[in-house]
Formats: sequence, C-alpha cells, structure tokens
Amino acid sequence: MSDSLSTALAAVLQGLGDKVLSYHSQFGDDTIVVASADRLDAARYLFETPELNFDLLMDSTAVDWDQEEPRFEVVDHFFSTSHHYRLRLKCRVEEDSSVPSLCALYGSANWMERETYDMYGIEFEGHHDLRRILLYPEFRGWPLRKDYDKLQAWPLFEARYPGIREQEDKIIHPNPGDQEPMHEP
Amino acid sequence: MSLDLPYSQGGEFVDLPHDIRLRRIYPEGEDYDLSARTVLNVGPSHPAMHGTIRMVVELDGETIVGCDVIPGYLHRGFEKECEAHTYHQAIPYTDRLNYCSPLINNFAWVETVEKMFGVEVPRRTQLIRMYLSEVSRITDHLTCIGAALMEVGALTPFLWMIEVRDWYWEHICRVTGARLTQTYARIGGLARDVTDEWLDRCEQINSEHLVKTLRDVHVLVDHNRIFIDRMRGVGVVSQKDAISYGVTGPMLRSTGVGLDCRKYAPYELYEEVSFDVPIGKYGDNYDRYFVRMREMEESMKICRQLDPLIRATNGEEIKVDDSRVSLPPKSEVYSNIEALMNHFKLIMEGQRPPQGECYHAVEGGNGELGFYIVSDGTGRPYKARCRPPSFVNMGSAHLQLLGAQVADIVPIFGQINMIGGECDR
Repeated sequence: MSDSLSTALAAVLQGLGDKVLSYHSQFGDDTIVVASADRLDAARYLFETPELNFDLLMDSTAVDWDQEEPRFEVVDHFFSTSHHYRLRLKCRVEEDSSVPSLCALYGSANWMERETYDMYGIEFEGHHDLRRILLYPEFRGWPLRKDYDKLQAWPLFEARYPGIREQEDKIIHPNPGDQEPMHEP
Repeated sequence: MSLDLPYSQGGEFVDLPHDIRLRRIYPEGEDYDLSARTVLNVGPSHPAMHGTIRMVVELDGETIVGCDVIPGYLHRGFEKECEAHTYHQAIPYTDRLNYCSPLINNFAWVETVEKMFGVEVPRRTQLIRMYLSEVSRITDHLTCIGAALMEVGALTPFLWMIEVRDWYWEHICRVTGARLTQTYARIGGLARDVTDEWLDRCEQINSEHLVKTLRDVHVLVDHNRIFIDRMRGVGVVSQKDAISYGVTGPMLRSTGVGLDCRKYAPYELYEEVSFDVPIGKYGDNYDRYFVRMREMEESMKICRQLDPLIRATNGEEIKVDDSRVSLPPKSEVYSNIEALMNHFKLIMEGQRPPQGECYHAVEGGNGELGFYIVSDGTGRPYKARCRPPSFVNMGSAHLQLLGAQVADIVPIFGQINMIGGECDR
C-alpha cells in the first residue's frame, strides 16, 4: 500500500466512503474492493462524478480463487477519457450467486460480461443477453475455473441440424444403386 | 424484450433457433411487414469475413434491420494455456493474438511481467522495441487497409500494400528469424540485437516502398467516386457510443477523440519522440481509412526519430542484468555452478514475479491492448487476461450494421479490422 494516494484514488475513497472495503495501489494500479451488491452503484458513482468521469469500461473479467470463500473475484478496469485516470474495481462473488451487471451504464459490458459468464459461469443480474459468446451453446462446463481439466475430452453433442449430414454424404458420395431422388420429379 | 440501454439504438431481442438472438430495430415512420423479412447467415467461413466470424442478419429488402454477431470460431483457450505455462513459455502464444502485428503483443506481454518485477530494461532495448512496434503498426494498417480496399473492389492497392508488408516482414525475419510468429521479446530484453545495416535497410523500405505506396493509394482511391460512395457515411459511430462501447484505437480516433495510449500513458520511451495523433471527424469508414493512412506516416516519423537514437546506443547490453529475470550468458552457464543453477531454475521453474496483480496497456494496431496478470508468486501466472481491442470493437458492430445496407457489411467489417486470433483468443 502506497503512502501517497493518487488524485483519483483519493477522490474515489472520499466519495464512496464506507462502500470501499479495501484499497491498494500495487505496481501503479489503483484498486478498490467493494461488496458485490455495490458493483453497479460504485460504477455509477465513478461514471457520473465529473471530477472522475470514468466513462470507458476498458476490461471486465474474473479470477477464480477456488480455495477461498467467496470463490470468484469480478475485476473491472475503468478509464476516464477526460482525465486519463485508471481504476480497478473488484468485488467478490459466491459460486452460486449473481452480481449486478454494468450493462445499464456501459455498452462494452455486454460482450465482456458474456465472456466472463462463458468462462466462469458467473451470472450477471440485469444483463439482457447472457449467452455463451466464445464457446458454442452446447458446451458444458466453465473452462477458466481452476477445477476444469483442460485435457479432458470434449463432450459430444447432438447435431444441430439433424439429417443434414446424411444428405451431404449422399451428395458427396453418391451410390447409384440405392440413391433416392433428392426431389420429387 | 425491449431494450433500455444508455446509447444503443433501441429495438428488441428476438430469439431464433440454435441460440441465435437477433437485435432487431423497427425503423420509424414506416409500416414494416415482418413476414417479408429475410434472415441471412454470413460466415463464419466467407471470403469477406477474413478471420472467422459469423453474422446472422435480418433483412428488409436490402436494409439490415436485425443482427447477431457471433464470434468464437477461433477460440483456442489462450488464457487457460497461459495459466499452465511459465511466463516465458507464454510469449509464443501472444504471437498468435494479433497476427498482423505480433511484436506489439510480444512486447506488451513481457512489459507487463517486467512491470511486476519492477525491472527497468536497458535503453537500447526500449528503443528497439519502440522501433519494431512502429514497424508492426505499419504492417497491421497495411493489411487492414489493403484487405478493406480489396473487399470494395480495389484489388490493385491490395497487391501494392501486401507487397510492402512483405518487404517489412521479410526484413523483420532477418532479425527475429520468422516472418509471422516472431517470439522476439524476452522478459527483460530481446532475443537478438539489431545492426546498423538492418536499420539502413528498414529506412530504405520506409522511404522507397512505403512512401510511394501510400502516395499511390491516396491518388487512386481518395477521390474515387465508387470508394467514397462505399465508405463515406457508412458505419458511422458517434463519439458517445464509441466511448460507451469501449472502442479504442483508430476506430475511436476516427470519431474525433484523440486518445492514444502512447500519449496519455506513455510506456517505453514514447515521451522522447514527437508525433501527432490523427483524428477523424465523422466516425465513418472513410475517416477510419484516413486515420490509418495517416498513422502509418506518423509511425514512419517515429522510426526516423528512433534511428539515430538506436545507433547512438550501439554495443550496449540488450537485456537487463538481473538474475531473477534474465538468463545468464552461455559462457557462464558452462563454466560456473551459480550461473548453471540460475539457468536451470529460470527454465524449469520460470521467472517468479512477486505476488499481486498488474495491468499494463500498450497501443496495439487496433486499439488498447492490455494484459492483466495475477501472480501467486509461482513461475506460472495464476490468471492471465488479454484485453483484446478487436473483441471489444466488434461488440459495437451492431451499432453500425443496423440500418445499413447488406453490401455495407463488408466495408464495415473491413474497417473494424477484427483479427480472429485476438478477438477469439
């Protein structure tokens, strides 16, 4: 923990008061930790206070601390386009609970929270489009969790368009003997 | 479900089979017959979708009134793999993020780790990194603009630009040993040193090939009626939307926001060189084309300023003298036990940065490329996150697509310059 706080961090600590559970600025990155229920409120304060104006959500991800309780840590990086401040906002989430989404404030939260959901299975409350994004919808499991074995075989799933494969096989390898006409004459 | 979002264009979500969710708009003042709408699938394997991305668009005539952008076809678990490898072993994975400018990714990764160690790399290393970053930025923009022009019908500039890009890549190959997957950065230094002759030739490529090509492309397409019709006023994003959707890089600058990571948070030695940050005015495809063209000139300007600075540091060490980070010289390894042990530990266990978390960002070809690393004090990252500019920029594609024509998909996509390796990781 540094002795002298940066301008942004000092202002944030003063404004958010008791909501900040802890803070530090390691390697030059200002970080505050809030309760998961306060995520949206804290972000709204950061966004709407003119002297902070954190209007760009740079990055949103999560960390899986599987030996600790609560298990997940949702990490957001904010950037202020007018003051060029940076701030990291963290909150801890239980495995089966949800955390407020930032979609109401930032458009970029949409895809990044979808990715966090896709990789960690963290639910975002108020997210209007929480689907898998990088993986396919039939995928089971949360790959970036520490207990996900990356060497395991991928589960097979049923074809999305049943019957199409057989038709293709017929087209590619026609067998004149038993081939049926594709269309009614 | 109707959308109540800060800056989105409104509309609603419509679920289609197979997990497709269209974001649909109803243009005002006209009575649309929903049954007349066509759903068209574009990609993931489509000549214009260089890289692999899939779009499902709903059309009313030729107007796009609904869309769903589906990335992920090139997902290969970059972050999961990083967690299973040492910091050093992860460098080749970063090559494959943005494969149009792999060196920028390399340097961003090692600089994040160096930041955690708190080591200051030698001046010569920083200068060479900057020089190669700028050359990579040029190759990135050449690829983007060349491909984007080709897709709107101008094949000639594509051939010119790819030719110049190949001059650069072949020349980079002479110092890194590879054209594409260069793996040139090392934590605390570089793999090899550059020579004066190498710099001479690079300057020759700049002044002979690049300058001429940029001029020719400007002459050929800037005032071309077809080009202007396809680009001007197409894919417009407002400043407010761009910031809300986290857009960075040339796309953000085309809307008139002069934000460049090299200016607002200078890393390496960018404070020592002078360059301009070109910005656009309307935030459309034409402005994006111009911003990228101007950025290549600025990168060339930076290279020319760096050239004498690199020559002035000739003969200096290119890796930091810190046994926690750098491998000892081979002569030492074979002659004394401490160096041998040091080498063994660094290779087998990896560099072990102190516990903690670090975010470091650089200006990549498409925007702010950041790495967020959480270290638990061991030789492997506990968490390694790449903040991919392409992915975030692609998240704003629906703003440009909705209301556009079906033929606009290609130029819009070309100017977003999504790089599959970086978007899907």
